[in-house]
Amino acid sequence: MENIKLTKDIIREHGLTNDEYKKIMKILGREPNITELGIFSVMWSEHCSYKNSKNILKLFPTDGDEIIVKAGEENAGCIDIGDGLAIVFKIESHNHPSAIEPFQGAATGVGGILRDIFTMGARPIICFNSLRFGSLDSKNVKRLFKGVVEGIAHYGNCMGIPTVGGEVYFDESYEGNPLVNVMSLGVMHKDKLITGKATGIGNPIFYVGAATGKDGLGGASFASRELTDESHEDRPAVQVGDPFLEKLLLEACLELNDKNLIIGMQDMGAAGLTCSTCETASRGQNGIVLDIDKVPRRNLYMNSYEVMLSESQERMLLIVEKGKEQMVKDVLEKWDLHAVQIGNVCQGDIMKVYERDKLVADIPADSLVNNAPIYTPDEKIPEYLKEINEIDINKIPLPSNYEDVLKRLLDYPSIASKRWVWRQYDHMVRTNTIFLPGHDSALIRIKGTKKGIAVSTDCNSLFCYIDPFEGGKIAIAEAARNVACVGAKPIAFTNCLNFGNPNNPERFWQFKKCVEGMIEAAVKLKTPCTGGNVSFYNESPQSSIYPTPTVGMVGIIDDIEDRVPSFFQNENDLIFLIGDTENDLGGSHYLSIIHGIKKGPLAKLDLECEKSLQEFLVKAAKNKLLSSAHDLSEGGLVVGIAECTFDACNNLGAVIDLTELNNPSLRIDSILFGETHSRAIVSIRGENKSIFLNLVREYSLSCYEIGICKGDRLRVDDCIDLKVSDLYKIYEEAIPRRVQL
Amino acid sequence: MKCKVIVFPGSNCDYDCFYIIDKIFAINVEYVWHKNPTIGPCDFIILPGGFSYGDYLRCGAIARFSPIMNDIIKFAKKGNPILGICNGFQILLETGLLPGALLRNNSLKFICEHVYLKTNFYDTFFTNAIEKDKPLSIPIAHGEGNYFCDRDIIKKLQDNNQIIFQYCNASGEVTNDSNPNGSINNIAGIVNKKRNILGMMPHPERASEKIIGTDDGKAIFQSVINKLL
Repeated sequence: MENIKLTKDIIREHGLTNDEYKKIMKILGREPNITELGIFSVMWSEHCSYKNSKNILKLFPTDGDEIIVKAGEENAGCIDIGDGLAIVFKIESHNHPSAIEPFQGAATGVGGILRDIFTMGARPIICFNSLRFGSLDSKNVKRLFKGVVEGIAHYGNCMGIPTVGGEVYFDESYEGNPLVNVMSLGVMHKDKLITGKATGIGNPIFYVGAATGKDGLGGASFASRELTDESHEDRPAVQVGDPFLEKLLLEACLELNDKNLIIGMQDMGAAGLTCSTCETASRGQNGIVLDIDKVPRRNLYMNSYEVMLSESQERMLLIVEKGKEQMVKDVLEKWDLHAVQIGNVCQGDIMKVYERDKLVADIPADSLVNNAPIYTPDEKIPEYLKEINEIDINKIPLPSNYEDVLKRLLDYPSIASKRWVWRQYDHMVRTNTIFLPGHDSALIRIKGTKKGIAVSTDCNSLFCYIDPFEGGKIAIAEAARNVACVGAKPIAFTNCLNFGNPNNPERFWQFKKCVEGMIEAAVKLKTPCTGGNVSFYNESPQSSIYPTPTVGMVGIIDDIEDRVPSFFQNENDLIFLIGDTENDLGGSHYLSIIHGIKKGPLAKLDLECEKSLQEFLVKAAKNKLLSSAHDLSEGGLVVGIAECTFDACNNLGAVIDLTELNNPSLRIDSILFGETHSRAIVSIRGENKSIFLNLVREYSLSCYEIGICKGDRLRVDDCIDLKVSDLYKIYEEAIPRRVQL
Repeated sequence: MKCKVIVFPGSNCDYDCFYIIDKIFAINVEYVWHKNPTIGPCDFIILPGGFSYGDYLRCGAIARFSPIMNDIIKFAKKGNPILGICNGFQILLETGLLPGALLRNNSLKFICEHVYLKTNFYDTFFTNAIEKDKPLSIPIAHGEGNYFCDRDIIKKLQDNNQIIFQYCNASGEVTNDSNPNGSINNIAGIVNKKRNILGMMPHPERASEKIIGTDDGKAIFQSVINKLL
């Protein structure tokens, strides 16, 4: 096999350009053999090397006092949260596998992100996901949607890690290319952090977990090209997951770490054995020798190329302290796992791979990890932006019946209840889930402390399409606002940047502008980025997806007793709208769903004001002034108020009077359904009113008293008067009724 | 008194059960690894939920061959209390300590949500501290919780007052609408004839603290403790 003559076709099939091939020759001082070519091709793929995005990603703010491991240094970022504890979290995409095989694609996505967390020594305590599909009117979309949700449920439920929240959007732009972004967060004692470094010359390298098969061969390369009509033929590039095996790996790895038996640990994810060995060697500034014949295999007829490139799931690489081999084997034996020593840490910087005593790869490890080519692709302002920001708002007629508009918005799957989805996820196991899904953020407690962790994922991708810079800003701001609404202080975020082909200058411009917007918001809100994932090539034969930089924001609440729910709580509580309302219909769901117009312009988000609002929400929660708080986003004010009444237990209604908001320049539909940023609906006890208003003034926020929690109807001026339970029914049935058709 | 939580490789509610017994009731509790041949000194066994062996075959079908099971059966035969929750219930059925089987939910989907339970008898190890006629709000989380058995068994269960918990609505009425998974007679939990072994699909350990929504499940653990202390 290693004698195969490398032709231009073979090199091209490996996704390497002529210049890249020359660079490989220069590094090696000779021609590579086929195994080496395969190794370079996966490590230099976009998925592993970030070659098209690295120059942009490095602009993200990554510093912070509490940051223990910065973005890019390890498998996931790590943050000190006090009480001797640290958290590790990350979001990752599994878009292309899910488009081909939704159940396994999504399931293995969960498996991959969980390994990223426990490979750092942390126990994953929650899962999250952000999903995007085409319209539910399409039969194929229904199949994808059902398959993805079942796949996530299958893996997470079996692992016993609660899936506590996320988001699901439906839009035609995702028709042929759904997005499946999965996130996990883990907790550990901060002195238990373990890194993916191969250190200590002579230390043995152990292979643990599933045997290596031909599945997932070249998955990293597969993720680094566009989906075509023939992509289903790539099915072998999609792996099959075994959550039970992963559960054993999780418990075994954490036990090994507890007993201080291992020096380094790295999961075998994208680019499998290749990536895990050269990355650990590179981080440890050492070399590594592998005897590939020792690697357990599912298929006897595999050559070195296939073994090195396989992406079989549920495999880990351990760097063990010499002399502790037997103790490691004992722990793994307890969990019915096989441990095989496949190599050693060695002096120098070379990764050497032997097959039947023959050297089949001999590559400087660092060249694979840090010497990948870096590109700055061409960029160009997209043509479509010229006309997308030109709407004459005066030509849009006012609706004749606002009740119908509200009902149609609540029935729209992106806005409607996602209970059909999260009911299939075990969201309560480990008994830390304080807020069930449906609140602005998921909120979990950390047992043994008073603390809680709030997480929210967010991205309005239509906003990012209309105005990538503002859209990027808004994604960060809104995710942080969601976290602040439950009373937690946003501390850091991870991101999953889903875009089209970076070699298309218009797509790359979208990418760059979105990131620039995110950076502006992240710097202002003092929320550093702890890492994440870039997913390019999200294009199907029909179209490119909307630019979708998904943000996973994490916040800390010092005392879980200060938490604020999103739903109205008490009869006679006063309702306030915080933040000003403008004629902001551009990019709104109202404009898109009711008038069929997906156009801008978008209002600019004022970060100063956003920051005040978030700080206010956290402070007001701490002072126990709020009965409820809910951020306004999709669907605007009335949808937001309706959502506040949708507590499954009480469906407490509200009487709303918007006179205070009225002003001659404001359209009624802008007030009711416009999506002006930086706003929240809060409810408070009447006796807290004056302290509350003082605090509002302290933070220089605009605030309008708009009503009272009362009865079982939602009344808004003289334009809406409906029973909450009727609205709730529409909201709850929107997705099930479409899926079951 | 001493409680033991049995840990199979894929158990994932072991920690939650341990936490409740240890932190909420301050009772001595230990984990027992499934490969152990014996349980050791013990007054009360909990078989927790999870996916004991991945359950790709049939839930609990492999777990019953675990080394610890022989000692658990002995413990049971002596009339000591065993509580099997979710996958623990499935294991009790596979070992034959309880009759019947659990099929896939009739929706063919995993369901995680709060349900209401009607308690039919208050004379067992597990129900003596439950408030009379109060529907208990306790969550379920399973893909295979659809209790099934033949007519003879159901008749015996009825004649011997073995159907302890049934799914009901918030007012305590046992209705079709309140049956989440298609179980015969809305069965959520049953005891053996000797009334010392309870298998139930809902998770009382997830309903024993107000902060996570409800503490209605606490009474089930409290009942066992009352009886033993």
